[in-house]
Amino acid sequence: MATTRFTLNGKPQSVDAVPEMPLLWVLRDVLQMTGTKFGCGMAMCGACTVHLNGDAVRSCITTIASVAGKTITTIEGLGGDHPVQQAWMEGDVPQCGYCQSGQIMTATALLAKKSNPSDVDIDEAMRGNICRCGTYNHIRSAIHRAASIKGGKA
Amino acid sequence: MTSSNFTNVNRRGFLKTSAATAVGLLLGFAIPEKNQLDAQFPPPPAFLPNAFIHIGTDESVTIISPKSEMGQGPTTALSQILADELDADWSRVRVELAPVNPQLYGFQGVVGSMSIRTLWTPLRQVGADARAMLVTAASNQWSVPASSLKTEKGFVINPANNQRLSYGSLAEAANKLPVPKGVKVKDPKDFKIIGKPLARLDTKAKSTGKQNFGIDARPAGLVYASLVRCPVFGGKVASFDATKTKAVAGVKDVVQISNGVAVIADNTWAATQGRKVLDVKWNEGPNAMQSSAAITKMFTELVSQPAGKSARKDGDAAAALAKASKKIEAVYEAPFQSHAPMEPMNCTAHVRADGCDVWAPTQMQTAAREVAAQVAGLKPEQVLIHSEYMGGGFGRRGSVDYVAEVVEIAKAVKVPVKLTWTREDDMQHDQYRPAAMVKFTAALDANGLPAAVEAKVATPPYGFEGPGGPGTAVVGLQDTLYTIPNYLVAYQGGEAGIPVTYWRAPGASQNTFFWECFVDEMALAAGKNPLEYRQAMLKNSPRLLATLNLAAEKANWGKAPAGRFQGIATLNHVGSFASMVAEISVIDGKTGGKLKVHKLTCAMDCGHVVNPKILEQQIEGGAVYGLTAALKGAITIDRGRVVQANFNNYDMLRIDEMPQFDIHVIPSTEAPGGTGESTTPLSAPAIANAIFAATGKRLRKLPLRNQDLA
Repeated sequence: MATTRFTLNGKPQSVDAVPEMPLLWVLRDVLQMTGTKFGCGMAMCGACTVHLNGDAVRSCITTIASVAGKTITTIEGLGGDHPVQQAWMEGDVPQCGYCQSGQIMTATALLAKKSNPSDVDIDEAMRGNICRCGTYNHIRSAIHRAASIKGGKA
Repeated sequence: MTSSNFTNVNRRGFLKTSAATAVGLLLGFAIPEKNQLDAQFPPPPAFLPNAFIHIGTDESVTIISPKSEMGQGPTTALSQILADELDADWSRVRVELAPVNPQLYGFQGVVGSMSIRTLWTPLRQVGADARAMLVTAASNQWSVPASSLKTEKGFVINPANNQRLSYGSLAEAANKLPVPKGVKVKDPKDFKIIGKPLARLDTKAKSTGKQNFGIDARPAGLVYASLVRCPVFGGKVASFDATKTKAVAGVKDVVQISNGVAVIADNTWAATQGRKVLDVKWNEGPNAMQSSAAITKMFTELVSQPAGKSARKDGDAAAALAKASKKIEAVYEAPFQSHAPMEPMNCTAHVRADGCDVWAPTQMQTAAREVAAQVAGLKPEQVLIHSEYMGGGFGRRGSVDYVAEVVEIAKAVKVPVKLTWTREDDMQHDQYRPAAMVKFTAALDANGLPAAVEAKVATPPYGFEGPGGPGTAVVGLQDTLYTIPNYLVAYQGGEAGIPVTYWRAPGASQNTFFWECFVDEMALAAGKNPLEYRQAMLKNSPRLLATLNLAAEKANWGKAPAGRFQGIATLNHVGSFASMVAEISVIDGKTGGKLKVHKLTCAMDCGHVVNPKILEQQIEGGAVYGLTAALKGAITIDRGRVVQANFNNYDMLRIDEMPQFDIHVIPSTEAPGGTGESTTPLSAPAIANAIFAATGKRLRKLPLRNQDLA
């Protein structure tokens, strides 16, 4: 057991956990923040995606020790009216919805780096996120839409 | 909510006492489509408005959905049906999942694309009855005839003087009235909410991380479990040594249950770490030598034997084939498939001496309650099932094995416990879409149309009983709408010792691949265009024919852009009619070809549409589910265990492989059909038929692999 300090959704956070414990399970079971989902445990599906210093990472393979002193943002930290979330709601993207926290976190990280991503950019960034309900085309449209909301072209 | 309920008693109390009060208020109904599922899944014995609708004094309208939500949208669509007949203000409608209560809700489960088609008529009546009660309450208050009043967006209005009373202010008085008889439902032309592409009620929660799923249940005092099961199906624990496990930080306990050994810990990760070092010896049982190769060999022998039990027998196929001068023969095969919903199996339970709470992401609430009671040693009435939102189901959550497991663990640990399956558990201890093989033999008449077809099916048995054995084995063949004078579908058996169950469009998902590809083979032998060949066999099925023609027209059948090729498939399934044209290209490569699916054009007639947006989601999502299985998936068996373990060796379709969709829905006032499973079976045959058009290669085995395209 060790204490890890980091910034979580803009606020200082300290957690007592074994250093190898993945951030995913710290968030879900220790901090009771269940918006981040478990899908595969080996970074193959993207359901657990969060931002580490602004980059989209898979929290299921990110140890708690490795986030010491860093900044983590989860779906709970986006605020609910982020342009990507607005676009997701306008486009009625989710079906079962389970993968969508991860999809949204990957999409927000993409848009932070590329304000107007092409379809190829979207393919590259999003191909690590699985959706079994088949919402991919709606995800693509929502990312384009979020880019226009963000660019003030709403 | 600052409110009293519509019922004037608190909801929990009402739900508990309702069986007694239901006497004399029975609003019986007939399931619109009679099929073999009906007997298994009884309808509610009564439809009481206050079991489905609660109106708060704050004007909130809460719809209690007897159907659970796994993404297919019934919580929104059923709410639309009720709210429209009620003339509710849609902006105030929200939805809750109903607890399990057979007296109020009959069978509760989401299987067979049945939610809308079984509840369309009764829920319209419930909404209309509730509206009538609110109108009567207003008429009593104003002392004017009820017939002189109208309703609009949550108000009863007296047109004579424009007085208005809100539903919230009338709810308590309305609740004291008897449920009226003979209330007329709306003329469909007056629908204001049904038929509109309204946003789903769950979209906001699912876009903000706030939607709780089963895996997010966290009752106070919760501990976390991981269960190791025998890797061989049917195997049992011989002995185990938990010394190392108990030394892992966070591990609290290790308990053996009938299906394996559970590690209990402070959190999920500690439980899985403890499990990694658990030393278990297994009795692997009789399936220890089973393999995919052995199963294929068994199927091959079975389909070579004379036809077994008839699932359908029109005319005399054997006699017609015996005298045919030229026969067409083909053998098709499909592997086991995992369901792989994004939310792995999980369940949470708290068993006490006098009761049991179960937080269950289940497609089968009724069965979940029964199995929990049985395992806990309680009466079903002592079990409270909290219906949880599901991160996908696809048939997997129709089984309640994971409910039984956690209740058994909870009984041992005596505190609330959540069992979370790892992805590997989920993939290797699924109950699979069965592997299957079909041997077709056909003879054509002078016009090239089939004079006789024999289809011999080998696949493991499961599910509901049909005329020739398991109905699930022959769905998609037994119920074809094509006109064939001599037609035999026979079930040959195929038990393989591998657990199998319903998988989105059970039976049809593989049989439609076999059948719609073989139809193309017959068309080829007859020298006919696959579209015209189908048209000729569907003269007596105008609704299916209309979708076929519409899909062909919208896809520009026969006029694919240069380098692209088309294939077509059609199916009547779960009460709906659907056809699909796939447009693909195949680029030559060194180790085969490279398949690209560019576009899927879908035409659908599913009767009256409740929510066009959700319908499109289901058409597209269903097709993608079938597409993934067609291109990607194969669960293989070696030494009695599943070889694949996670998405690294059982991959899913990803965004960069997604085709464009072009969806067309035929307007209809017919009773609604199911849609969640209607397009799943079409992707594989439409694409395989397009591959033949592109390469001249007839792929008769799933998945469709690039290396077979050279």
